[in-house]
Amino acid sequence: MNTSLRTKLELPREAAPLAVFRIFFGLMMVFSILRFWYNGWIESLYLEPVFHFSYYGFEWVKPLGPFTYLIFVVCALAALGIALGYKYRWSCLLFFLSFTYIELMDKTTYLNHYYFISVLSLLMIFLPLQAYYSLDARKHPEKAYQKVPGWTIISIRLLLGIVYFYAGLAKLNSDWMLEAMPLKIWLPSKFDLPLIGSLLGKEWVQYAFSWAGALFDLSVPFLLLFKRTRVPAFVVLVIFHVLTRVLFPIGMFPYIMIVSAMIFFPPSVHHKILEFLSRISGIVKSRFDNGRFLPFGKGSVYRLRNAFLLVFFGIQLLFPWRYLLYPGELFWTEEGYRFSWRVMLMEKSGYAQFKVVDRDNGKWVYVDNSEFLTPFQEKQMSFQPDFILEFAHFLESHYRQMGWGDVAVYVDSRVALNGRLSRPFIDPDTDLTQYKDTFEHKTWILPFHDTIKGL
Amino acid sequence: MTPVQMKRILLSFGVLLTLWACSPDSGGGGPEPPNPVSFDRGEMLVNWADNIILPSYANFNARLGTMNSAYTTFKSDPSEVNLQTLRDAWFDAYLGWQSVAMFEIGPAETAGYRLEMNTYPTDVITLEQYLSSGSYDLSLPANRDVKGFSALDYLINGLASADAQIVSRYQGTEQQALFDYIDAVIADMQSLTTQVIQGWENGFRDAFVANDGASATASTDRMVNDFIYYFERHLRAGKMGIPLGVFTGTKAPQTLEAYYRTSAGKELFLAAMGAFRDFFNGKHFGSSATGKSLASYLRDLNTLKNGAALDVIINDQITLATQQVSALDDFRTEIENNDPPTTMLLAYDEVQRIVPLLKVDMVSAMSISIDYVDADGD
Repeated sequence: MNTSLRTKLELPREAAPLAVFRIFFGLMMVFSILRFWYNGWIESLYLEPVFHFSYYGFEWVKPLGPFTYLIFVVCALAALGIALGYKYRWSCLLFFLSFTYIELMDKTTYLNHYYFISVLSLLMIFLPLQAYYSLDARKHPEKAYQKVPGWTIISIRLLLGIVYFYAGLAKLNSDWMLEAMPLKIWLPSKFDLPLIGSLLGKEWVQYAFSWAGALFDLSVPFLLLFKRTRVPAFVVLVIFHVLTRVLFPIGMFPYIMIVSAMIFFPPSVHHKILEFLSRISGIVKSRFDNGRFLPFGKGSVYRLRNAFLLVFFGIQLLFPWRYLLYPGELFWTEEGYRFSWRVMLMEKSGYAQFKVVDRDNGKWVYVDNSEFLTPFQEKQMSFQPDFILEFAHFLESHYRQMGWGDVAVYVDSRVALNGRLSRPFIDPDTDLTQYKDTFEHKTWILPFHDTIKGL
Repeated sequence: MTPVQMKRILLSFGVLLTLWACSPDSGGGGPEPPNPVSFDRGEMLVNWADNIILPSYANFNARLGTMNSAYTTFKSDPSEVNLQTLRDAWFDAYLGWQSVAMFEIGPAETAGYRLEMNTYPTDVITLEQYLSSGSYDLSLPANRDVKGFSALDYLINGLASADAQIVSRYQGTEQQALFDYIDAVIADMQSLTTQVIQGWENGFRDAFVANDGASATASTDRMVNDFIYYFERHLRAGKMGIPLGVFTGTKAPQTLEAYYRTSAGKELFLAAMGAFRDFFNGKHFGSSATGKSLASYLRDLNTLKNGAALDVIINDQITLATQQVSALDDFRTEIENNDPPTTMLLAYDEVQRIVPLLKVDMVSAMSISIDYVDADGD
């Protein structure tokens, strides 16, 4: 390993940024879960649907009826534990497991920022965020450290950097850059916003937003690293996220990103924040300023941890590129689309009408999707092939239970992508019951008949 | 960051924003004129309310009045001739209903107007029980299927197979019970209609027009959602799909709208389809003039995207579906005499093809979320 990089990873740094990050992250998560509950989403997204769309290999993860609330309680308490630094590693592990379980219950609700939370909390289990200014550090002074090795802070920065940079790379395609799509569709519909509303219908504004968005995502992780550019970059970051919050319904994500990005600031800023916190809470901050340095660590446990971190970041760097292994247009087939920081790239909607045929007697029906799916599920299902296939298999078993014989399921579907007219999406002559969901290319997706150039 | 740095940054952003806001709209002299989407949803809402919705309601209300007069005549002299006049007036009102059925918004939504006026098929057993017991409360939601147009359909078309037998029931011992029941049904329909019209006139029209934004609760978004829902549920499924049995595999002609008047199902469908198309194109009620509409909105958006003319595609598909349905025999005959009713199923498929054009292409172009879901996006 390069010595200067090694030094950077091992060099003692103030642990204050980690403490601030931990506190804000924990509180944001508590608030997110309460908000989720308060909005009635536990009920409407997890308890009301009769059918849930599962991730490949996680079909066993399902809502647990009324006990689903309990998972959210556990998740909120674990988040509170993180904020307080109380039994931090257990809290973090519990948070990661419960939060990820919630996300795996139904892929209808997949959002990149939920994935971000899962991945980040997984990483956090391995970071000593409780070393400073935590209940753990207070109870066990022998495990309290004012300073930590550099890698702990660098790994959070790296993950954030990947999120922004990959989101920027994903924007380098002809729809986004040359057609200003989908912003050309989305922005004009926000004409009623105060101040900027009248501008959003103008074509140059749509291009400006597209290009600025791509440039921002690609550059901000680097600009945050350097002292000279850090403050302006952070101001732009705040404006960017607030603007996305104003324009689009993206919940807590902008705030989470703004707070997370503070990890790029020097420790002096974090000490000020903690001093302020101490003043209003009466916590004695000086008790944590013990000057002790948490060593980098040697031995097999640490080697295992390091191996995990290498694998973790290796996956983070490589996984978004898996789409290259599939033929066809990524935006159309969505094979390898998720878990890759592709955010806000598509205005895509579809319509799927299923036909169930009993091959024994020729009897057939059209399916009323709303009989089985919520409007949200139906919407997500209608343009994502893996959802369509899963629903087709559900229909097969449903009609078999109703006493039908040899059931075949066909779908007549149309999908519109980024302002193009809708086109047939799935081969209407394919009996979907003949196909299992795999990671292989789905041959029954009809061709896109257009090209989107770029990454 | 220091306060000075902060101030400097905020100042430069302020300057940038001001520059941005003050920059001229057009490039000036370039070969391509700038194409801002200047579509005014407010104008469209005014056109909808003043030239389509309110006149349609007024027209329908007048037809209800005519029906009521025909009924009064029949009541004073229950003859076959007067029965026929009443039927014609009833059917005329039913046709007028097809022009207002899709506006389930505002006061109509509050009243549950569509289901109160026209839940079909009617529940003959309960209705006959009410006739013999004489005790019923038509305002109860549970009684929606024993009132409105479909109850009248049974009472003037379906009581018996021959007109002479129907009239004889109106002349016999049940006379008072029958007249009391029809009195109650028509009074209920007229009071609901008055309530809806007054709701529009006393405030809702202005609120509807003023709510010209782009949120999920804005008038345009709500109306488009209702309009598509109406097409899917009531025009496509209710009038054709369910009687054809496309969702169950078993045909069900008795679920046809106005089942007891054999020719009516198709005529009512075509009237509803015509009204649907007129609303899409912003055609003023009872006139050939047109105003701002979903079609003109699509045209404006298309100039920006240089896309295909979606309004034309939708109109073409409506034409095709209408032609196919027009060429059919009446719905009841098609369904009852053919097994499977292949020609009508093919016509249904053409009607069906309108749905994705509205639900995918149109709303996508307008960035209106369909079946608005209260959840985060990313």
